[in-house]
Amino acid sequence: MSRGAVWKYGDDVNTDVIFPGRYTYQIMAPEEMARHALEDLDPAFAKGVKPGDVVVAGKNFGCGSSREQAAACLKAAGVQAVVAKSFARIYFRNAINLGLAVLQSEEAAGALDTGDAVDLDLARGEIRSAKGTFRFLPLPASVLGIIEAGGLIEYTKKRLEREQE
Amino acid sequence: MGRTLTEKVLGRKAGKDVRAGEVVSVSPDYVLSHDNSAAIIKEFRKLGVGRVRAPEKIVIVLDHIVPAADEKYAQNHKSIREFVAEQGIPNFFDINAGVCHQVLPEQGFALPGLVIVGSDSHTPSYGALGAFAAGIGRTETACVWATGEIWLRVPETMRIDLGGRFRAGVFAKDLSLKLIGDRGAEMANYKAVEFAGPAAGELDIGSRLTLANMSAEMGAKNGYFAPDEKAFEWLEGRARRPFAAVASDPDASYESVLACDLDTLEPQVACPHTVDNVKPVAAVAGKPVHQVLIGTCTNGRLEDLEAAARILRGRKVHPSVRVLVVPASWQVYREALASGALAALVEAGCVILNSGCGPCLGAHEGLLAAGEVCVSTSNRNFRGRMGHRDSEIYLVSPATAAATAATGKLTDPREFS
Repeated sequence: MSRGAVWKYGDDVNTDVIFPGRYTYQIMAPEEMARHALEDLDPAFAKGVKPGDVVVAGKNFGCGSSREQAAACLKAAGVQAVVAKSFARIYFRNAINLGLAVLQSEEAAGALDTGDAVDLDLARGEIRSAKGTFRFLPLPASVLGIIEAGGLIEYTKKRLEREQE
Repeated sequence: MGRTLTEKVLGRKAGKDVRAGEVVSVSPDYVLSHDNSAAIIKEFRKLGVGRVRAPEKIVIVLDHIVPAADEKYAQNHKSIREFVAEQGIPNFFDINAGVCHQVLPEQGFALPGLVIVGSDSHTPSYGALGAFAAGIGRTETACVWATGEIWLRVPETMRIDLGGRFRAGVFAKDLSLKLIGDRGAEMANYKAVEFAGPAAGELDIGSRLTLANMSAEMGAKNGYFAPDEKAFEWLEGRARRPFAAVASDPDASYESVLACDLDTLEPQVACPHTVDNVKPVAAVAGKPVHQVLIGTCTNGRLEDLEAAARILRGRKVHPSVRVLVVPASWQVYREALASGALAALVEAGCVILNSGCGPCLGAHEGLLAAGEVCVSTSNRNFRGRMGHRDSEIYLVSPATAAATAATGKLTDPREFS
């Protein structure tokens, strides 16, 4: 995967600051969602983020509501992965279902800082940076099929097509 | 070795004996969605199937922005009504029903032993009646509509043994905040939380719904009480189908067991901007407040409105505060009309809003300006949730909210008992 720059945040980054509730029930195009990404946490993010960048955070990333835009807006903003010490469970599922990589690594989340350049290698399970190479927890086999298909909609579509044959 | 309630419910659905850690594919009894059904419909259309798999298992409740606050919301509601008619979905509740998490228990969908998934993070509420209930996202909901199935990892269970009895002025909300404050907002991430111990059986269904609801703020996948006589009695005349209740075996395996004594508990408040930033109300008392919200899926039930009315009856809301009251459902609304609770709140100067989520999610009906402080009976106080990013939300019980409404400052409700 390509190289990206780190945007570093703390623990318990919740879905309201990732994608505010005042926009949640408006149906938006991805590029419009991207403009509101992390709006109430870091207003500089949406203006400065570049394709391939990586969000790095502490524990319980994505806690709060089940709103899927909290994953979709980061993907639309070009974020290639979120690296965190841990993820809230609905966020973890939503991200996988939308094809946003969510990587759990206590060490990487602790060591990396805003502006660091990182290379992600999903196949080898590695995050490489000037501060070292970090391993992340491999995703369970049961969800790899969803990611390989490009998200849950594509995965389910193929499954339904097979059933109809 | 025995099984937990969660292992039994998911195992029965999967048709095999399952243990925590296994991944199972199950067919949920009900799948809930609300105003976000408009977005789910768009995902569903991408799947290339014309019909939903089982219309009778879909429950749609309009509750987030009801009635529609602008043209976009109106269009969302319209597209949902059209889809409901097109697909023949029998369980549809329009803008005059209430918050989904109150409507599903009241209308007899939330039953012991059932598997319920919902595209809302407070779906674990139904565990109050012994169901397995977990929140999912929109894309996933669209896929459940199409296939009737979902994969779930069977969670490990954390048991919380409750002992003692609430003192006057202390409620289930205070208990939930204390638990989260002591152990952090991810204390039960990915886990099931079982509320047990001698005090659990003493709690009324409203209190159980509050605790199961707040298990979402512990990070839990599901939170539940063992269904007992109290639950069965509450379900009489409500349950819309037969059910087979299950409970954890005495020798079930728990990931951890905590104990909590209700006797020593005081009124609690979650301070900005995280639910685990919890202090005793006494430690923050005197904080000036601009708005009070009494309602939501956490604390908008009849017991909650009556607790508020007991304090505000014969008093006036402090002139520096505006007080918003949202009965959690129309059934609650009618009961609170009949009991006189709403009259007392109106006479005190409270504004009564239509049953629904109200201003809790910051989309309409009372948003906060920069620098404003809101004391709320809801479940989240994240930055910007109810309006401007520089507003503040303090989470409390309905009694603390009502005491605060009377004084204009964050107030310990025991001053009014």
